[in-house]
Amino acid sequence: MEKRYYQKEIETMPVEEIKKLQSEKLVKQVKHVYENVEYYRNLMDKKGVKPEDIHGIEDLHKLPFLTKADLRDAYPYGLLAKPLKDCVRIQSTSGTTGRRVVAFYTQHDVDLWEECCARAIVAAGGTNEDVCQVAYGYGLFTGGPGLNGGSHRVGCLTLPMSSGNTERQIQFMTDLSATILCCTPSYAAYIGETLKEKGYKPEDIPLKAGIFGAEPWTEEMRRNIEETLGIKAYDIYGLTETSGPGVSFECEEQTGMHINEDHFLAEIIDPDTGEVLPEGEKGELVFTSLDKEAFPLLRYRTRDICVLSRKKCSCGRTLIKMAKPMGRTDDMLIIRGVNVFPSQIETVLLSEGYQPNYQIVVDRVNNTDTFDVNVEMAPEQFTDKVSEILAMEKSLANAMKIMLGINPSVHLVAPKAIARSEGKAVRVIDKRKLV
Amino acid sequence: MAIKQLTVFVENKQGALVAVTDTLAKHNVNMRALSIAETQDFGMLRLIVDDETVAEKTLSEEGYLIKVTEVVGVKISDQPGKLTEALAVLDKAGINMEYLYAFMARTEKHAYVVLRVENNAVAENALQEAGFKLVTQADIDKL
Repeated sequence: MEKRYYQKEIETMPVEEIKKLQSEKLVKQVKHVYENVEYYRNLMDKKGVKPEDIHGIEDLHKLPFLTKADLRDAYPYGLLAKPLKDCVRIQSTSGTTGRRVVAFYTQHDVDLWEECCARAIVAAGGTNEDVCQVAYGYGLFTGGPGLNGGSHRVGCLTLPMSSGNTERQIQFMTDLSATILCCTPSYAAYIGETLKEKGYKPEDIPLKAGIFGAEPWTEEMRRNIEETLGIKAYDIYGLTETSGPGVSFECEEQTGMHINEDHFLAEIIDPDTGEVLPEGEKGELVFTSLDKEAFPLLRYRTRDICVLSRKKCSCGRTLIKMAKPMGRTDDMLIIRGVNVFPSQIETVLLSEGYQPNYQIVVDRVNNTDTFDVNVEMAPEQFTDKVSEILAMEKSLANAMKIMLGINPSVHLVAPKAIARSEGKAVRVIDKRKLV
Repeated sequence: MAIKQLTVFVENKQGALVAVTDTLAKHNVNMRALSIAETQDFGMLRLIVDDETVAEKTLSEEGYLIKVTEVVGVKISDQPGKLTEALAVLDKAGINMEYLYAFMARTEKHAYVVLRVENNAVAENALQEAGFKLVTQADIDKL
């Protein structure tokens, strides 16, 4: 098969040249951030680093880290590096003010993001003859807009479906012969199961490839989706803080995701000491945005545990590869593609008049995440009417839905009903065994 | 006039119900009537007992969620159509009912029906005006 790339020159650039390009971009970017972002300038000053100290990527380690806590402190405009008149878009994650990430984009930033997604689509075999069904959520979530833009750039006929309404997804997929499906892996699996129930065999389904991301999934799940839909399933990675999906993407070798290194400089650090680890060692993934204008995060700690590898890839791409994230250094859960922090549940409980005695139980049944929250009732909240208890559960679930963007099943339980280990309640039970 | 009912929250798992009745037995509390409402996740055990003070205290100490509610008890003759008459009275008076359950009195030719309504006094008046006799705490004690 002929090897195809969206931007061949970049994607197959010799490593030394990529590093040179990164160095040039980094020097410029640090200067841009130092001059325009007071928040980061203060961090650099505190560390005694000046833009003049950064001569290339070998000096990256001198720069201070940014964390989720910095995003909270600087919310909403504190990390903005361009005047608002130059910005054309925001994207955001779910959560309270503190947890919510609002990322800003200039047109240049949207362009580079969409190009990254286009590279992913071409790596999955996409051309302008394809029909690309985008079943990621549209709106503030980056999944839909990112792949939608990438699909346009490749020249695919784009079906902007957004997520949900599976009947309609299937109707468009079969009537318009969609050949590429973009969504979360669990939704892909669900669509696959639904097609199977309707009597579709893999060979009856027009799809040839899928680009799936925004949540952790296993190799087993990949095989399962590939068999049911009769496709090749490709992984894609990204986060709102850096732009969205397309920070890295899989090629036909399916052995890790190529990072779009001309835009995103990756490091692996020891999460405890912050020390940079050599290639091949497991640690926390850190990204530096090399040429984003509006929201250029330098050394942003993703909290994802990961490994990088420069091993030669049979696809011809020279871009460094990252493994599937192997876990988190914080307590964030990804449920149905949505980031959920236990502290968000706690915030809802307190604001709704409950004690923060709860337990989150996550499982995956028929390839779909289940999300249950058990909450202990205080004696004075108890009533003899079943209807009132059910109404309380429903109202709590609604409040959590507003906070998180996904709907949990809330179960009120008796005080002390939630198991405690050494006096401390176990807040999260994740039965999905994703790693 | 109203009689006292105890509601206990029981988790929907094996052994949960027997743990409650066992606690009551150990403290010599005798049950007069019992009803269970269940959902997928939990059950509501509703009890009329001979000593609700002891029952409430011991169960609370064991960590159970307990609610003591005043409910209306009405005596219904043990013959077809009598419950319908009583319900019609309440319906006519515009009284909403949350739930009800019945139990037989050993000594009288009556069924005792426990009613959970929004306003006990209004329900009691309506029933008495229609000629129904109410169950008193003394009746319960006699059981």
